[in-house]
Amino acid sequence: MACMLEAPLRISVLSEVTATSRHYVDRLFDPDPQKVLQGVIDMKNAVIGNNKQKANLIVLGAVPRLLYLLQQPTSSLELRTECAVVLGSLAMGTENNIKSLVDCHIIPALLQGLLCQDLKFIEACLRCLRTVFISPVTPVQLLFTDPTVIPHLMSLLSRSQRTQEYITQIFSHCCKTPEHQMILYNHGAIQNIAPLLMSPSYKVQMQALKCFSVLAYENTQVSMTLVNVLVDGELLTQVFVKMMQRDRPIEMQLTAAKCLTYMCRAGAIRTDDTCIIMKTLPCLVRMCSKERLLEERVEGAETLAYLMEPDVELQRIASITDHLVAMLADYFKYPSSVSAIADIKRLDHDLKHAHELRQAAFKLYASLGANDEDIRKKITETENMMDRIVSGLSESSIKVRLAAVRCLHSLSRSVQQLRTSFHDHAVWKPLMKLLQNAPDEVLVMASSTLCNLLLEFSPSKEPILESGVVELLCSLTQSDSPALRVNGIWALMNMAFQADQKVKVEIVRALGTEQLFRLLSDPDANVLMKTLGLLRNLLSTRPHIDQIMSSHGKQIMQAVTLILEGEHGIEVKEQTLCILGNIADGHTAKELIMTNDDMLQKIKSYMGHSNVKLQLAATFCVSNLIWNEEDGSQERQDKLREMGFVDILHKLTQASDPNLCDRAKTAMQQYLA
Amino acid sequence: MAELGAGSLQVGDPALNYQERELNERLKRLYPAVNEEETPLPRSWSPKDKYSYIGLSQNNLRVHYKGHGKNHKDAASVRATHPIPAACGIYYFEVKIVSKGRDGYMGIGLSAQGVNMNRLPGWDKHSYGYHGDDGHSFCSSGTGQPYGPTFTTGDVIGCCVNLINNTCFYTKNGHSLGVAFTDLPPNLYPTVGLQTPGEIVDANFGQQPFVFDIEDYMSEWRAKIHGMIARFPIGERLGEWQAVLQSMVSSYLVHHGYCATAMAFARATETKIQEDQSSIKNRQRIQKLVLAGRVGEAIDATQQLYPGLLEHNPNLLFMLKCRQFVEMVNGTDSEVRCFSTRSPKSQDSYPGSPSLSPRHGATNPHLHSTATDSPTCSNGVTSKNKSHSKYPGISSSSSSSPSSPSSIVYSESNSTDSTKSQPHSSASNQETSDSEMEIEAEHYTNGVADSSSARIMNGTYKHEEILQTDNHSLGNGLPADESDQPRQLCGGNQAATERMIQFGRELQALSEQLCREYGKNPTHKKMLQDAFSLLAYADPWNCPVGQQLDPMQRESVCSALNSAILGKGCECSGSLSHFFLSLSHARTHTNTQMELLQFIHQLTGLNNLPDFNYPFQSLIF
Repeated sequence: MACMLEAPLRISVLSEVTATSRHYVDRLFDPDPQKVLQGVIDMKNAVIGNNKQKANLIVLGAVPRLLYLLQQPTSSLELRTECAVVLGSLAMGTENNIKSLVDCHIIPALLQGLLCQDLKFIEACLRCLRTVFISPVTPVQLLFTDPTVIPHLMSLLSRSQRTQEYITQIFSHCCKTPEHQMILYNHGAIQNIAPLLMSPSYKVQMQALKCFSVLAYENTQVSMTLVNVLVDGELLTQVFVKMMQRDRPIEMQLTAAKCLTYMCRAGAIRTDDTCIIMKTLPCLVRMCSKERLLEERVEGAETLAYLMEPDVELQRIASITDHLVAMLADYFKYPSSVSAIADIKRLDHDLKHAHELRQAAFKLYASLGANDEDIRKKITETENMMDRIVSGLSESSIKVRLAAVRCLHSLSRSVQQLRTSFHDHAVWKPLMKLLQNAPDEVLVMASSTLCNLLLEFSPSKEPILESGVVELLCSLTQSDSPALRVNGIWALMNMAFQADQKVKVEIVRALGTEQLFRLLSDPDANVLMKTLGLLRNLLSTRPHIDQIMSSHGKQIMQAVTLILEGEHGIEVKEQTLCILGNIADGHTAKELIMTNDDMLQKIKSYMGHSNVKLQLAATFCVSNLIWNEEDGSQERQDKLREMGFVDILHKLTQASDPNLCDRAKTAMQQYLA
Repeated sequence: MAELGAGSLQVGDPALNYQERELNERLKRLYPAVNEEETPLPRSWSPKDKYSYIGLSQNNLRVHYKGHGKNHKDAASVRATHPIPAACGIYYFEVKIVSKGRDGYMGIGLSAQGVNMNRLPGWDKHSYGYHGDDGHSFCSSGTGQPYGPTFTTGDVIGCCVNLINNTCFYTKNGHSLGVAFTDLPPNLYPTVGLQTPGEIVDANFGQQPFVFDIEDYMSEWRAKIHGMIARFPIGERLGEWQAVLQSMVSSYLVHHGYCATAMAFARATETKIQEDQSSIKNRQRIQKLVLAGRVGEAIDATQQLYPGLLEHNPNLLFMLKCRQFVEMVNGTDSEVRCFSTRSPKSQDSYPGSPSLSPRHGATNPHLHSTATDSPTCSNGVTSKNKSHSKYPGISSSSSSSPSSPSSIVYSESNSTDSTKSQPHSSASNQETSDSEMEIEAEHYTNGVADSSSARIMNGTYKHEEILQTDNHSLGNGLPADESDQPRQLCGGNQAATERMIQFGRELQALSEQLCREYGKNPTHKKMLQDAFSLLAYADPWNCPVGQQLDPMQRESVCSALNSAILGKGCECSGSLSHFFLSLSHARTHTNTQMELLQFIHQLTGLNNLPDFNYPFQSLIF
């Protein structure tokens, strides 16, 4: 495209090219098999490294003819092999080439060819299959459609180093789902591939290693088997440890570390095992260093983040290893100002990896700061960290946004950070922006973070409230995803905690009683719990209680009855009784309970429940009802005495639980006064 | 006593014998390139090289604190028996905290010989430490930098010195904490320091397996260097190793102007030297002028011998002129010298040999020891030491001038001298001494090292010779007065000061002219600013920018000029040669270089290169 040719000229050049290409194709149809063979060989030489020629030949229909020749039993073995080689060469071209080859059903034809006995032919077919399968455009399912293919490939593993290399490479690229893992596992992949780790060929070793990493990923069964495998009398884990030695190629160290990471996360190796703490973790930290290639740094950081996600001890060790926290700050410096000027190639390379680097760093920070307050502090004190998160939240790349919000979420578990850096950098602003029509996975993380930002002591709470977040959270409670519903209602609950009447009214208005009661019957226990929590927070301080109960008393009492009668866990019932207790604290609201004999009976029975927590909550409710200094307390006391509450209270003063005992005594004092 | 006890125990105790054997095997395995007959490895703490508050036990491996521990003045350190040999390449030791005692003020690190032991490692020059109470690293400074986690009872702290890139990192319980120090000087000793009662630590110099996998780290570096060599392009020169190495050596000698050695080398190897001898000598002369602080003369000589060179290289010229200005302040440049009655070839305040090129601010125990061994020359050395306290090897030496009787006499005579007849009389003396020195120095120009002192770097060696000459010829030479009297701007001469100010104006004008012609140059601006700043202080030698007056600063100017004459840019070539160059530049000590080369041999198996047909040891680096 360097020079724009005049249109007619361009056509003539094209036709010239096509003419020579056509000649190659024509020769495939020669009646003389010897000439056909020569034609294929010439074609092979013509297409090597020539993408245009490859495209031309495909357009001119060379592929079906080559496949025909390859499959024809009358073709000589030499011809069939050459055909496979040419097809392999064509596959090396562009993605479009691969698509055309797959469309011509090249895969079943080549798989069929593997049944031949001739090793050279098999290798040519495998090589072509390998090239086709490692392309992202090829549907991996094609490897698994014929159930005889996998066992046959396993049997070919013993034939030569080439078959080993190609087959393991195919496996490691096509094993994408747990089903795939199980198919390979059930056909003896582990036993067949393990010896290849000791192969004299580096390529075979590497492909075998990659196979194990994809097989072990999130697969407990495979991982459990792997820890017991012996290779040359040595445990597989030890083989992996050796492959992580610092003088081994980086690719090998990294892949071996991945294998051990996956085995560890699948529960096959303990996180306090020496091979994890002393070998895998430091190896992965090294992969994050500035000396490594950008790709390696991305992979290293992601793997490390995955390894230590659930284990605070690993997080602590990683946080002190080789200045990891500071090392990660460098991930944000691409493309650097130097690379922009120095050379275009480098800039292009840096640009390509910049997003990947940033998201990997965010992920690793998220993992590092998941549990330990000191580490979180160290992270937030890293140069420009909060600014980087803030800008990460609004990046165009969804991957970066997700990772940034994960990181923010991890840090938001710190009370201190919520009070300081989060407020100083107004992280709530980009967070709120992120919440507007983001994909679900981002929404879940962002709304979780928002929940923490709405905690009572968070200085960001005020500005968030003013930004009209209520509507947004209410809409989250209507989501299909339980995680989003929980986060929505959770945030509302936090928001209502010790809030002004104005805020509470706003929440009730925006959510609507209908939605509130729908949430009270939500199938997800977590949603129910948080909704009850919201109700409880709404019903606090006397004037609020009376006001809300005067407008929604009937529905609330109904809902409470329903829950107390329904099949729910202890926590749910406890929370409900606490709500009742709050209602009992209201001036006018308590009448709603006092006039409801059915409810009083329920309270009475909970006072005698086997669970102390429920007893406590019920007693608390009664104590509120009979509180002395209020109007009509005498009548309420009398009524409850008649219903037998006093006897129960008396009994509870003897309870073994000191809290319950105290509370019962306090209640009894109301009668004595 | 402890040593004796340990010695007698060893005979009877099989466990100890076993430990000894294990230690030997481990050290051999870790540091195969070290020849312990020449450079013994640290195997225990030194009962002699410690502060009195330190107690040693268990074969001098356990250290406990026995002072009051009231404050930092009660800090106490101990060094290992030997410095870390450069041939280790990578050196490692571990310290286990047996008890953190009262406050856990423990420091683990490195220090050079002679560093005050009444301190924790890291607080002083040439001392480096990682402290347990705050987890900070201390790099020759009283204030630490946040480095790693704190450490306490039960922790094992490791310290790794990488002598290939002169860095150091620590480990805690087997986890690497990352680089703590860079640009470390050579010949450091493992050191620990304690400060409060009850603190006890145990060292592991290889007696036991290390918690950290140091061999894995070493293997990485071995692979790295292997790779570096494997990637070095040889091209068609394949199989011509000998020629490559010879030209490397030859070009080194020629570059630095070791004329006679280069000639001898060329004869022995039957190779040719590109540059003719007179040119080498010319360059050498110019270099000497620069190193002597006579930059003005150096500029004149350059313009005369290499016309056009400076005209085409205005940056270099500017740099030289700035240096000249600094030397005027110093009173060494001939333009101001001539105002005093001192000869223009006046006393050379540069303590090293003029032809000594790669010199770095490293400790030089040899220099020091010679000085104390021979009282006749101790005067010259010590007095200079005082005036150039920047030379750490000297300044940190424990025996300073007062300890040497002759020096006292010396300074006395001197002070009387100065009261009688101010600089004049002594200056005339100086003249003779200097011409003597020049002549004497010529004999050693090429620094052909005596075989008996092959381990002394030629420059240093020469230096001693010069100083001796100085003394012999001079009875009561001038150098001492510099130490006793405050130095004065431009040697204290009014006319000289005026000349300097005049020159400063010219320099300013040159800067403006360059700015007009080539655009702004921040480097120039900085240079000029720094140089002029000297005048802002009453005592330029002891001011924040006083560093410039250090004769050592002449080296960079000298090497830039030399490279320009040779038509070279900055030295940067293929990775391997760069690597070797950096090796040769990184170290002052010949033996250090030799050891490092040995280490590389051992790392790379370069031993199977064709043998040299001359003894390698006789080469002078």
